[in-house]
Amino acid sequence: MADASYPEDRLYHPEHDWALIDDGVATFGITWFAQDALGEVVFFDVPEVGTSVTANELYAEVESVKAVSDVIAPLSGEIVEVNTALTDGPEAINEDPYGAGWMVKVKLSDPSEADALLDRDAYVGSLS
Amino acid sequence: MTTPTLKRTALFGSHVQAGAKLVPFGGWEMPVQYSDGVRAEHLAVRNAAGVFDVSHMGEIEISGPDAEAFLQHLYSNDVSKIGIGGAQYALLCNDDGGVLDDLFTYRLDTEHYLTVTNAANHEADVAWLRAHTDGFDVEVADVHDRYAMLAVQGPVAREIVQAVADSPLPGRMRAARRIVLGRETLVCGTGYTGEDGVEILVDPGDASAIWDELLRRGAVPCGLAARDTLRLEVCFHLYGNDLSTDRNPIEAGLGWACSEDTGFIGADVVRAAREGGTAERLVAFRLTGPGIARQGNPVVGGGVVTSGTLSPSLEVGIGMAYVPSAVASVDTPLEIDVRGKIRPAVVASKPLYRHPSKETDG
Repeated sequence: MADASYPEDRLYHPEHDWALIDDGVATFGITWFAQDALGEVVFFDVPEVGTSVTANELYAEVESVKAVSDVIAPLSGEIVEVNTALTDGPEAINEDPYGAGWMVKVKLSDPSEADALLDRDAYVGSLS
Repeated sequence: MTTPTLKRTALFGSHVQAGAKLVPFGGWEMPVQYSDGVRAEHLAVRNAAGVFDVSHMGEIEISGPDAEAFLQHLYSNDVSKIGIGGAQYALLCNDDGGVLDDLFTYRLDTEHYLTVTNAANHEADVAWLRAHTDGFDVEVADVHDRYAMLAVQGPVAREIVQAVADSPLPGRMRAARRIVLGRETLVCGTGYTGEDGVEILVDPGDASAIWDELLRRGAVPCGLAARDTLRLEVCFHLYGNDLSTDRNPIEAGLGWACSEDTGFIGADVVRAAREGGTAERLVAFRLTGPGIARQGNPVVGGGVVTSGTLSPSLEVGIGMAYVPSAVASVDTPLEIDVRGKIRPAVVASKPLYRHPSKETDG
C-alpha cells in the first residue's frame, strides 16, 4: 500500500471521502485514511450510471475481507460515469485511492454544497 | 478505539513492533492483521507457515480422582476415550441442549485434564464447571494467567517448531510437554486453520522469545482476520457466530462430537434432535455470483447467515448459514439477501476448501 497522502487539489468530507471538481462534474473516491482503516478491499459493487446521489448519504458499499463499509457522497447530483475497472480490480482503491481507485463521476446538482467540504489541511487536522 | 479495560497478552509489545492493527475481541486487545494484510497472512498459512497469538483463549485445569467422571457429566463427547496425551473436541451444553461453548480438552495425566476455552466464554465456563462439582472429588482451576498460547500453522509449521524443540513433536490430536527454545511448553497437535501445525502453551514470560524465534525462522505473524477466513474455509465453527445457546449440537452439524450414552448435561435434547431431526441445519455455502454474504444476512425463504466472508483461497464469497432442513442438502440453490440485494448461492460440501495435496482434511 502507498504511504499516507492527501492531495491539495481535493475537497474532503469528514466521512473520509474526497471530491475533485472539474466544470460542474465531480469525481468521488475514498481517502488514504479510509482505505487504510478498511484494509484490503476485495469487492466494490459499482453503482449504476443515472443514479442520483445525495450529499452526506451513502451511494455505494466497499468491502474488505472482514467487513462492509458505506461510502458517503460528499456532494449531490447524478452519476454520469462509473469506474468499471473496480469490478475486477477493487485493490486499486488501496493501491491508488486518488487515481485508479476513483469510484464515480457525478454531475453536480448544487455546486455550492462544496463550501461545506474541508480543504486538505482541515481534513488532515481532523484525523489527529 | 482503545479502552483501558481491555486485557493485553504477553505478546502485545511484539504485535505493535510487527505493525499490527489492534482491535477489541472478547475483552482483549488483539491483532486483527499486520502490515502485509489478511490475504498475505491467509496464504502464508495455506502455503508455508503462520503464527497466531491466541493467548486470549482461556485454560481450565481439571484434576482429581473423579476428573474423568466429572467431565463426562459436562462435556458432550466421550471423555473416557481420551488417552493420556490425547486431545478431544467437545461442546459444553446447558440443560436445554444449547451450546455454552466449544472446547478442546487435553488429557495430561490419568487424573489431570486441560481444557481450552473461548475468550468471551472463559469466566462463564469456569463458573459453570465449579457450579457442578457437587458429588465429584475434583478440583477446577482457572489457569488462564499461567499460559500464553501460540498457534503455528501451515505445511511447514511443524518443521519450524521442530527445529527448536528438544524431541519429536506430538502428532495430530496429541499433546506432550516439550522443551522449545530452552523453555518448558505443552505442545499440542491441534489448530483452527485446516492445515497441519501445533499450538504451544507456554509461560507468558517466555512467549515473546519463542514468538521472535518463530518469526526469525520464517513464520508469518497472522491476526484474527486471517484466523477467521482460514477456519471458515474449512468450516470450523466460531462460537458466537455459528454456535450459541439458541442452537443445539445436532442442528450445528456437531453430532460427531456428542455421545448421548454418557448422559452429559443436555444429552436428552441432543438425542431427541438426532432421532427426530431439527427444523434447521447449519450448511456451508458459496456464492455463485459476485458479492459477499455476512453474518446476519437473511436466507430467502427462511434461515440466516452466521458467518460470511470472501475466501482468499477460492476468491469467492463463502459462509455458513442455518437453513430449513428441507433445503440443507449439498447443491441446493439458495438466495441470500445481502443488504437488499438478492445474491444467488449454493449449498456446498464441507470443507469449502481442501488442501490440493491432501485427500482428506479436518
